[in-house]
Amino acid sequence: MKDPCAHCEEMMQPYLDHVLTDEEMAAAEAHLAECEPCRRRYRFEESLRVYVRKAANEQMPAELRQKLAALRIPLE
Amino acid sequence: MDAEPEEAQRLATEARDRVRFEEDALALSDQVYRVARHLANSREDADELMQETYARAFRSWRSFQPGTNMRAWLLRILTNLNIDRGRRQQRAPQMQPLEANDYFLYDRLAENGDGITDEDRVVERLSQDDIVTALSAVPHDFRDVVVLVDLGDFSYSDAAQILDIPVGTVMSRLHRGRRILKRELAESALEEAT
Repeated sequence: MKDPCAHCEEMMQPYLDHVLTDEEMAAAEAHLAECEPCRRRYRFEESLRVYVRKAANEQMPAELRQKLAALRIPLE
Repeated sequence: MDAEPEEAQRLATEARDRVRFEEDALALSDQVYRVARHLANSREDADELMQETYARAFRSWRSFQPGTNMRAWLLRILTNLNIDRGRRQQRAPQMQPLEANDYFLYDRLAENGDGITDEDRVVERLSQDDIVTALSAVPHDFRDVVVLVDLGDFSYSDAAQILDIPVGTVMSRLHRGRRILKRELAESALEEAT
């Protein structure tokens, strides 16, 4: 039989992307309910995704905003 | 029949549609930039890419179908321009070392965590610079998908349309790209720890 933790690792990304079938979802949740190390790792992955999105969020420079507005085609 | 007033009216309607299109596109520029910044290799590249994208979008506004996803339409132009700029030639040489598995980063951070086991705190061991640098180290084919889906909130199918690749390819590149990102993060976290 497949190592359940290894299988859980394979399921992590699809689980967090909400693309598992109901059956796969139930199997993943049953394993997570009883396996703390996997649960921690799933939670870490979730936090990581939020953190990466926050850290990578750069504001557009004001000068660029003006340059883009200046590219509009003038009305005749 | 007097054709001139009709023509004038047509031109006026067209001008109004165009101005509305330009306003809508500009209103999306912050969201487009958020993604463009990491599709490009640097802030300077992102700046140029945004300007080229908007210049092209304003010229070809008629090819946008009202009611469809304008942000995806703009990013399709942007990713095509990015590919045209020849950045594919800069692709990192294959093969990259295999990126362990999906638990690799957590296990490494937790090992060096001074006993910190709270998942949110473990994440905080990574700095903003670590993340931006690690993202830029992911090869483009994989990074494009990670950036569109994880930073840009595009669905798999939107990402597939923007990049003109099958949805299955989006999924496999996304999974591999996230693993490469975590490997890069693990490396920078370990460097800091030593």
